[in-house]
Amino acid sequence: MSSTETLVKDLVSKYGKSRNSLMPVLQGIVQEERYLSEEAMIFIAKELDLSAADVYGTASFYTFLDTVPRGKNIIRVCKTISCHMTGKDLIIETLEDILKVKVGQTTHDKNFTLLTANCLGWCHKGPVMLINDEVYPELTPSRTTEIVEEYMKNATH
Amino acid sequence: MSKYLVNLKVNNIPVTVEEGTTILDAARKLNFHIPTLCYHEDLTVAGNCRVCLVEVAGSRSLAASCATPVSEGMEVLTNSKNVRSARKNVVELLLSEHNADCTKCFKNGHCELQTLSSEYQIGQHLFIDLVKTKDKIVDISSPSIAKDDSKCIRCQRCVRTCSELQAVGALAVINKGDHQRISTFLNKPLSEVVCTNCGQCINRCPTGALTERSYIEEVWDAINDPSKHVVVETAPAVRVALGEDLGFEAGERVTGKMVAALRHLGFDSILDTDFTADLTILEEGTELLTRLKKALVDKDEKVSLPMFTSCSPGWIKFIEHMFPEYLPNLSTCKSPQQMFGALAKTYYAQKKNINPKNMVCVSIMPCTAKKFEAGRPELRDSGYQDVDYVLTTRELAMMIKQAGIDFMKLEDMEYDSIMGESTGAAVIFGASGGVMEAALRTAYEIISGRDVPFTNLNIVPVRGMEGVKEAKVMLKDVKPEWGFLEGVEVSIAIAHGLANAKKVVESIKNGTANYHFVEIMGCPGGCIGGGGQPIPTSPEIRQKRADAIYAEDEGLPLRKSHENPEVQYLYKEFLGEPLGHRSHDLLHTHYKPRKRY
Ligand code: SF4
Ligand code: SF4
Ligand code: SF4
Ligand code: FES
Repeated sequence: MSSTETLVKDLVSKYGKSRNSLMPVLQGIVQEERYLSEEAMIFIAKELDLSAADVYGTASFYTFLDTVPRGKNIIRVCKTISCHMTGKDLIIETLEDILKVKVGQTTHDKNFTLLTANCLGWCHKGPVMLINDEVYPELTPSRTTEIVEEYMKNATH
Repeated sequence: MSKYLVNLKVNNIPVTVEEGTTILDAARKLNFHIPTLCYHEDLTVAGNCRVCLVEVAGSRSLAASCATPVSEGMEVLTNSKNVRSARKNVVELLLSEHNADCTKCFKNGHCELQTLSSEYQIGQHLFIDLVKTKDKIVDISSPSIAKDDSKCIRCQRCVRTCSELQAVGALAVINKGDHQRISTFLNKPLSEVVCTNCGQCINRCPTGALTERSYIEEVWDAINDPSKHVVVETAPAVRVALGEDLGFEAGERVTGKMVAALRHLGFDSILDTDFTADLTILEEGTELLTRLKKALVDKDEKVSLPMFTSCSPGWIKFIEHMFPEYLPNLSTCKSPQQMFGALAKTYYAQKKNINPKNMVCVSIMPCTAKKFEAGRPELRDSGYQDVDYVLTTRELAMMIKQAGIDFMKLEDMEYDSIMGESTGAAVIFGASGGVMEAALRTAYEIISGRDVPFTNLNIVPVRGMEGVKEAKVMLKDVKPEWGFLEGVEVSIAIAHGLANAKKVVESIKNGTANYHFVEIMGCPGGCIGGGGQPIPTSPEIRQKRADAIYAEDEGLPLRKSHENPEVQYLYKEFLGEPLGHRSHDLLHTHYKPRKRY
C-alpha cells in the first residue's frame, strides 16, 4: 500500500464513509501532502463510493484544495481591492525577487509556491499574505523579505 | 397515506393539486406551458437556469416554478410583464455566453435553447457578448459522444443523468464562477474515463453541447460507392421509436416503413438484428444451461453464477470499470449487433457470393454505446471490422429527411433473406425484461418440452418499468436429459439503467441476493430508452415504446427464438450447434478490466 493509500484509509476510518466526510478527507490529504494527487483522488473516490470526477469537481471548487503539486510552504498574497490599494503589487514583486519564481510557480527546491488569493478578510490591515496557515498583515517589502528569509532558514535546518 | 390537497390560482384560474406539487406541474395541469431548461422529468430538481420564473402574489422576487412547491391560496402569474422580461433576460444572458452558430450545429431544429430564443424573439443583444469560444473545448475523443463546451449552458442535466440514472459520474461540475464547466476527472478526454458511452446525457442535454458522433456522411459515401455492398441491420427498439422523428406519435410501429425507407436510401441488403437476437437466445440459453450443469452436476466451484447478459455495451463498459471481478459472470455471447456483423461478413457473404472485403456493414441502433462497441479490437472475428458504421435512430431519421422521403406515406416492405427473419422473442429484446422473457420461452421448452407456464407466452412478471425486477421459475417434469434440473427453482433478476445495475451487482456482492441469471440493460427502460433514440424522452414516452414492442411481439406468427427458420438453417448450414466450434470463433468473446475513474 502506498503512503497516500494508507493516509486515505486512515482519514476515512476517522471521518466515516458518508459523503459528508469528503471535505475533511480532502483537507486531511492537503494538510499532509500539500495537494491532491490523481492517485489520492482515485483512492478517495473508491473509499467513499463516489465518482472520481465528483471528487475532482469538489476539489476544484475550493482554492485551498490544490490538485497540482505545491511547495512545502504556500504563500498566498491577497489580490483584492483593499490590498491592491495598499500596495500588494510591490509585495508580489518582492516575493518574486527573493524566490525567483512568478505567481503560480513553485521554487526549484520545492520549498515555496507563490500564489495570489481572493479577499483574506484582513482589509483593514493590508497588504496581507498567508504562509500556510499563518497570516502576515501590514506588509512592507522589507518585512516581507524578513519573513520569507525566516522560512528559508527553517528549511535548511 | 392520502395527501393534503392545496388550492391555488394560476393566471386567475383555480386549481387543486396535492401538497408538494410544484408550481410548474400545477400550471401544466391547466395547460399553461412554462419554459424550462434545467428541469427534466427523469431527474431531481436543480433550479439553476431560472428560465421557469413566475410571479407569486405577495412575494418580493420571482420564483423558479420547477423548484417551488404550491401553497394554499397561492396566486401565480406565468405570463406577466415582469415574468416575460425576466425570462427574456435569462435567455439573453445565456446567449451572451453561448456560441450560437445554429446553422452549423447538430442540434439545429431540435434545440431547446434555440426554440426558446425563437419564441422570445431574441435579436438585439442587451448584454456584452462573452462568447470566449477559444477557451472552450470540443471533445471528440470518444467514438460515441461529442462534447462541445461552447454550446453548454451548465444546466447540469447531464451531470444528474450520469450520476442519478447511471451511477457512473463521468461528468461533474468543475471550477466555479465564470470558470465553471462540465468536465471529467482531471479534465481527461471522455474516451479515457469511466464514461460508458450510453448517451443518456445526450438524451437529456437541451442544447448541442452533447451529441452523438455522427457517421452519416461515411454511410452516404459507402452507399454511393458502386464497388461496395452495403448491408444494413436494424435493432429491435428502432422500429418503435423512429416514427417519432418523422411525424408519428410515440408508440407507433413503423417496421415496414423503415424497411421501405432503407431500400429508398440505397442499402443493398436490408436485414434484421432481430435475427441475431434470436441466435443470441440459443447461444446464451445453452451457455446458461451449461453453467448450471457444471454447478449442479459437476459441482464445479469455479463456474461463475449468476450469469449476466452481455447485449448492452454500456453495461459491458460499466462492469469493466466498476466491477471487473464480475467479468467472468458475463455471458461470453457477443451482442446481437456484433453477432450480426461477424456473420454478415462470413456466412452471408459466402451465401450471396460477396467478397467480404467489399462489404460495408451498417447498423441502425437505439444506442450510442454501440458505436464504441463496433470499434472494439475484440470484435473483428470475420477478419475485418465486423460492423463498420453505427447510426442512431436519430441519424437514420436525418438521412430519411435528407433523401426527401415522405416517410409517413411509405408502403410497408419486408426484410431481405437469409438474415432478416425474426420472432417476437427477438423483438422484445428492445424492452427491459425482454431478453429474459425470450430466454425463458426457449429454455423452458428445451428443458420440459412444454411452453412456459404463462398465458399466451407473456411472462408478465419480467415486464414493466420497475428498476429491479425479480422472479423465480420452478422447473418440474423436465425431460430425462435435463434431470439434474428437476425441482430446481431458477432465480432471476432484471435491471435497467446502470444505477439499478449497480444495486443488483452490489446485492450479489454482499450476499443479500442469490440469482442464477440476471438481465442488465444500460439504459432506463432498456433499448427503447437508449441513448440514440429520438429526443425528448420521458417515462410516458418510454412506456409507449415498450407497449409497441409487446404489441409487435403478439402480432408475429413465431414468438420463440428456437422456431426461427433462418436461425435453424444457419445452424444446419454453417454453425453446427450452439456453443459449437464455429460459434465459439465468431459469436463469443471476452472483456478486460478498466480503471475506475
Ligand atoms: S445549441 Fe442550440 S442554440 Fe446553440 S448553436 Fe446549437 S442549435 Fe443553436
Ligand atoms: S452539456 Fe448539456 S446537459 Fe450538460 S450542462 Fe451543458 S447544456 Fe446542460
Ligand atoms: S454517455 Fe452515459 S456514462 Fe457517458 S457521460 Fe453520458 S451519461 Fe455518463
Ligand atoms: S427549469 Fe426551473 S430553474 Fe431551470
